[in-house]
Amino acid sequence: MSGSNPLHYNGGVVLSMAGDNCVSIASDHRFGMSQLTLACDAQRIEPLHDRLCVGLAGLATDCTTLAERFRYKHNMYRLREKRVMRPRTFAAVASSTLYEKRFAPYFTEVVIAGLELEEDGKRGTSGADAMTDAVYRPYVCSMDLLGALMVTDNFALAGTCAESLYGTCETFWQPGLDPDALFEVTAQSLLAALDRDCMSGWGAVVHVLTPEGITTRELEARMD
Amino acid sequence: MADTASSFSLTVFSSSGKLNQLEYALKAVNAGATSLGIRAKNGCVIATEKRLPSALADDATIRKVESVTEGIGMVYAGMGPDYRLLVQKARKVAQTYYQTFREPMPLAQLVRELATVMQEFTQSGGVRPFGCSLLLVGYDAEEEPQLAQVDPSGSFFFWKASAIGKNMVNAKTFLEKRYQDDVELEDAVHMAVLTLKEGFEGKITERNIEIGIVGPDRRFVALRPAAIRDYLGEVE
Repeated sequence: MSGSNPLHYNGGVVLSMAGDNCVSIASDHRFGMSQLTLACDAQRIEPLHDRLCVGLAGLATDCTTLAERFRYKHNMYRLREKRVMRPRTFAAVASSTLYEKRFAPYFTEVVIAGLELEEDGKRGTSGADAMTDAVYRPYVCSMDLLGALMVTDNFALAGTCAESLYGTCETFWQPGLDPDALFEVTAQSLLAALDRDCMSGWGAVVHVLTPEGITTRELEARMD
Repeated sequence: MADTASSFSLTVFSSSGKLNQLEYALKAVNAGATSLGIRAKNGCVIATEKRLPSALADDATIRKVESVTEGIGMVYAGMGPDYRLLVQKARKVAQTYYQTFREPMPLAQLVRELATVMQEFTQSGGVRPFGCSLLLVGYDAEEEPQLAQVDPSGSFFFWKASAIGKNMVNAKTFLEKRYQDDVELEDAVHMAVLTLKEGFEGKITERNIEIGIVGPDRRFVALRPAAIRDYLGEVE
């Protein structure tokens, strides 16, 4: 299976979950070639700014290229517009970046976790007022290797143990999780699924994004 | 291509360090019908004189105030055909932006892109600069109304109020005297009409001026003659 599908060749998984005013994104650390594990320090999650992370699962070489292109596009946007990308703006960019290569795609699935500034209801009030009582809403989405966007209000995931992860996430996730509970649910869902997949695992990391900043925690995982 | 005449730029420095083609382009702008714009507290207005080539021309078919996106509008002074090309480029650029980012293009970005196009026409081979200046209104990324001007050289400015074209100097002086930072949109429209009226040759009617407004709803509209007539009545 892992020999024929480039998406499964190197292994690895990414998971994002929405909480109450916070959002998490997590991944494992395995880098392999089919059944052979080569390294356990793979980084699949790229923080773009304080309230936006992108996770990439799939063929490692394409993941690296895409992470660099996303970083480049975000840097150019920030210099040009003197602001950072909103998560859903970045999702549009990521989606079109993937679809550009429709007939020779990057073998990469993308998960985006971000905090979106709630402002739609504030139209008409002056800009200064809107900033003081800023409310953030989690933004979680994933897309396939062609960039088909799927925005959810619970969790999004991609990688070699997607099937197991859907099971654990559907069991553990519930609405309104605070940052600590969200970390716990994300970590447990991920670890339980990693135990059922030989293509991913070997350490894991969980980032929790809150309006105050990103907290990163490494997880103890089975190393066999 | 590289060794043909068309690969040389026509816009070259004179010995005094000026770009004569740009001076001439500005002359074309300053000979054009007056256009002006005002930024109000809750929106922006642009207005222009519509000079008809002949009494037989159908005024309803001549349009100078154009919308670029739902929330951005523009007007010009100078050469009409050059303006049409810029409107087309502006619309394409705005649509490309929307297709990429799935959000409406902020005014500042559109202005920068248009200014880039206009600058390219001062340096590329075989082309002349645009014979028009632009005024654009819309909202920026911080949700504040903005009025921008782009010149044939590719320089751009953001104004509280500005005027371009034949009566530019007088109109600007008039606006300087009248402008207040907390002006309401409705009052800004009246101010725009009065400024046009100040330097108008002949009688001002709803058929020989155009007005465009963007208000708190972020929608740009070019006013219909009936609405313009109402404003003309109000400033009588």
